[in-house]
Parts: sequence; structure tokens; C-alpha cells
Amino acid sequence: MSTLILKRLGKIWLALILFFLYAPILVMAFMSFNDSQYYQLPFEFSLRWYQDLAGNSEIIAAATRSVLIALITTIIATTLGTAASVALFRFEFKGKRILQVLLFPPIAIPWLITGTAMLIFFFGIGLGRGTPSVIIGHVALALPYVIVVVTARLATFDATLEEAARSLGANSWTVTRRVTLPWITPGIIAGALFAFAVSFDQFVVSYFLSEPGDSTLPVLIYTAIRKGFTPEINAISTIIITISMAVMLIAARFSNFGGER
Amino acid sequence: MAEVAVENVTKRFGTLKALDNVTIDFPDGGFFGLLGPSGSGKTTLLRTIAGFIFTDDGTIRIGSKSVEQIPVEKREIGMMFQNYALFPNMSVADNVGFGLRVRKVSLAEERRRVGEALELVQLGQHSNRKPHQLSGGQRQRVALARAIVTNPRVLLLDEPLSALDKSLRVDMQIELKRIQREIGITTIFVTHDQEEALTLSDKIGILRAGRMVQAGPPREVYNNPTDVFTASFLGEANILEGAVDGNSLRLTDGDAIPIPKGLKTGATFAVRPENISITTEEPTERDTPKIQARLKQRVFAGAMATCILDRNGSTFKVISRDRDLPQLPEGGPVWLSWEPEHTITIPN
Repeated sequence: MSTLILKRLGKIWLALILFFLYAPILVMAFMSFNDSQYYQLPFEFSLRWYQDLAGNSEIIAAATRSVLIALITTIIATTLGTAASVALFRFEFKGKRILQVLLFPPIAIPWLITGTAMLIFFFGIGLGRGTPSVIIGHVALALPYVIVVVTARLATFDATLEEAARSLGANSWTVTRRVTLPWITPGIIAGALFAFAVSFDQFVVSYFLSEPGDSTLPVLIYTAIRKGFTPEINAISTIIITISMAVMLIAARFSNFGGER
Repeated sequence: MAEVAVENVTKRFGTLKALDNVTIDFPDGGFFGLLGPSGSGKTTLLRTIAGFIFTDDGTIRIGSKSVEQIPVEKREIGMMFQNYALFPNMSVADNVGFGLRVRKVSLAEERRRVGEALELVQLGQHSNRKPHQLSGGQRQRVALARAIVTNPRVLLLDEPLSALDKSLRVDMQIELKRIQREIGITTIFVTHDQEEALTLSDKIGILRAGRMVQAGPPREVYNNPTDVFTASFLGEANILEGAVDGNSLRLTDGDAIPIPKGLKTGATFAVRPENISITTEEPTERDTPKIQARLKQRVFAGAMATCILDRNGSTFKVISRDRDLPQLPEGGPVWLSWEPEHTITIPN
């Protein structure tokens, strides 16, 4: 009897969690299709905010910039992260443990602090604000995610396969390309999608590092909200959420969160 | 094919000497077993010959060429791993052909040689399967075909049969030996299974704590072990110690057994369990070494039986055909005797 009540309570609890997580998002998505500028009901379906969006060159430019930065970040972070993971897997060297431990705090350090530190650093070295700084910052943020995901996949890789390939005459590049990479490809794809999501959704670091008039989409949205909220923001947010969730779902599919497929 | 020579090879891992001045040669075309307890350095030696481990000291030659500075991929070896290490994403044919593709052999030739190798291991019909669709024995054959298809100068096998169950293992021993004879490749394998080493090898090397304790043909090493470790590691041995007194050995408890003439100083002696006879009556022949003991346990194991005996606190073991053993009183006194030539002298 009591287990039945517990089960019911559990289900209600889960429903509440999902409700608080997704209700605001759903309301926002819902309102992006509402004709009224002031959130008035009854609901009147309209695509006018999406049409406005299409005509808003500022938002389109920011969105394009965001996608480009995310793509560049993904390519760099995935390449570096995969190479680092393979190196950490293959070699024993002094300070390896420390290096591995040092890779994780950036995930936990608040982005506000990372952003401030990066801003100071980039001014210190004379790079200042701008798209290159944003990309470097995003790569630094995305790298640990890639390494974590690819390393998790590598943990299921049998190192004697590399030895077998070498004994058959393959040099280390061939071993990597023919034996190691095929095995960790799902991990690399998942890592790349994480990197893309981290960059594309990034606000704080982008806000600190981008130049005014050269901002990414999240930064532009923030600035727009400060000037006055329009349902256009609902529309663009809905698009971003749809893309981000799709990316994360694909990532989850590929990484299986570290498990064996 | 080539001869392999290991000369004065030393390898340290930190303060541990994994290989300590090891010397052994493996003549061209032979089948050689490296045997020893775990941690003895046998796998380290195999991996050093393969090139996964570089020596700190000493020479390794394959053919006439010194290879200490040559990495694995340039040593022209074939290696079979304990877990077979087949590439899971490749078919049987692609696994076997891997070494040929790396060497940029033409597709037609690759097909032909892969076919021949699979034919040799009797797996011709499975070339399109993936490793996970094969049985343990089949995987092993694929691993073997992959290791020999490139015509390596030496074939290295790391615990080749340990992952198979017992009946399959015996079949594969015969199979392995047949294939090795057919292509005549110098083959070195590591095992902790002494029977396997004795069955397969033309020559065995016994390692202990990084040292090569004894090397030679299996029969020779078995019959003439040079120390107590080898005597009791390779097969089983009952050890006798005492002082030499004329032509006999005076055991610590006062009994004397005849020993080979000409031995002057102290020595240790060993007798194999299968060479001892048990009788209830004292044997009458004068030259027969004999001692008394108490039967503690008689273990029946089908055709053979093992008797555990106690002699003043030291344990003796006797193995014989069950039907050759008389009715023996458990706990009662019996005589152990053996032919004089079965007393193994172990030089101190």
C-alpha cells in the first residue's frame, strides 16, 4: 500500500519537475505564435513575429555570426580535444594526472568569472575584444566537454588493437586513422555537438569578449530585452531552443552518456 | 624466416629489473616456449623482442640485424595477442589483409594471400564475417592468419591458447604446431602452462624474477633441472636434502640413499612423482634408493592416482596408474623406491 503511494508521489514529483523546466519555454514558444504584442489572450495564431524576424537584418547578422563562431569553435575544439584525449589515453608522462584534473574545473567555474578573466587576459596580451577573442574563449570552454566525451568512449577501446596494428606494420598515423578513430567516432560526433551547443548558447563569455555591433545572437537578445521586450525575441528564442535541443538529443544518442552502444 | 638472438638484455621498470641480463637464442625455424610464473619477465621478454619495449642494455638480433632501435612496425614480426585483438569494425578478410594494405600490396595480391592464409587456418568460408560472429577458436585462427600473412621473420604468440577451453586447447596445440611446421617460421610463445610448453616447444626458456634460469630442449630441462626452482616449476618434484657420505646421501633424519658415484660435496636431489613406486614391503634390491613414509591421502583421478605422503614432516607426492597401486593402508607406513637413474642431481 505505502509503496503504491510512494510510486504515485514519485510520478507527481517527476511531473512537477518537467512542468517547471518546460512550462516557461512552452509558454514562450506559444506566445511567439500569438498575434498580440502584449501577450493578450485569446490566442490568435500568427507568424508575424517570425516574418519580422526575417526582415530584421541585425538579428540575421548576429545569428549568422553565432553559427559561424559555433562552427569554427566546434572544428577547433573537436580536433584539439580528440587529439588530447588520444594522447592522454596512449602515453604516460610526467604530470599527466595533474593535467587531467586541471581539465575539469573550467566546467565548474562560473562563466562570469571565466569571462572576466579572459577579458583581462586578452586585453593584457593586446588582443582585446573581437571575434578572434570570442572564438578562443569558446574553444577554451568547449574543450573540456569534448575531452570528457571522447575519453569516455576511449575507455571502451581495447589498447591492444593499437599494438596489433603496429605489429602488422602500421605507423602511428595509420593506427590512429584505421583503428582508433573508427572506434571513437561516435564519441567525437557527440563531443562536436556538445562543443557546438556550448558555443552557440554561450552568453556570458560572448558578452564580455565581443565588440559592440559585432555581437552574437544571445548577446543581441540580451541587449534587445533591455531596450524593450518584443515577441520577436520569443520567436528567435524558440528557434534557438529547437536547434539546441535537437543538437543535444543527437549528442545524447551518439554518446549514450559514456555508455556502450 | 630468421634466427632470433637475445644477448645480455636488461630492462628496468623503475627499480624493478624486469629483465636481468637475459641471454637466449632461438634458431631459425624452431618453436620456442618462454615459461615462468607471473611476474617472471616472460611477457616482457616477448614484448621486447616484438619492439613494444626498448631494452636498457644488451642486444636483440633478428636474422643478422640488430633491432634494439627499430620500432615494432619496422621489425617485420607477426604477433598474436592473448585476447586476439581483432579489429571489431573489420571483416575477417579485412583483418587478415590489414598488414598487406599497410604495405601497399595490390588488391589482387591481397585477395590471393588472404585467401591462402585463411585456407591454411581452415577458415576459408568465413571471410566476410565480423569478429563478433565467430567462436573463440575461429577468432584465434583469424588472429593467427593475420599474424603470418605478411611473411614475418618471426612469429610471437602471447599466451596463445589461454582463452580457449581445455578440449579446444589441445586441438589448437596440434593445429598450431602443424601450421608452424608447414610455413617453417621461427616461433616464440609465452605461456604459464608448463604442459603446453613441453608439448609444443623444440626448446624452452624458464624465467624467474627477470632471469633466464634454464634453457634447452624440454626433455633435457625436465630431466636435468639445474636448480630447485626449475625442478619444481617444470613438472613436480620431491626434494631431498642431506650430506654426501661416501656413495650415499645421508638424509637429515639419518636414512641414507645411494647416489651417483663421484659426487663429493653437498647437493640437492629431486625425484619426479611419476618415477616413484609405492610398496608395503621393503624393496630388496641393494642399489635401489628407498625411503619410508606414511600415506596421508590417495586421490583417485580416473586412470591416474596421486598419493600424498608424509615423511617426518616433509610432504612427498607420488603419481602412478591407479591399477598399479596396491591396496594401501591410509595412514600406514609404506616404502617409496625408484630407479637410481631417476635421482636428479641439482648442483648447488
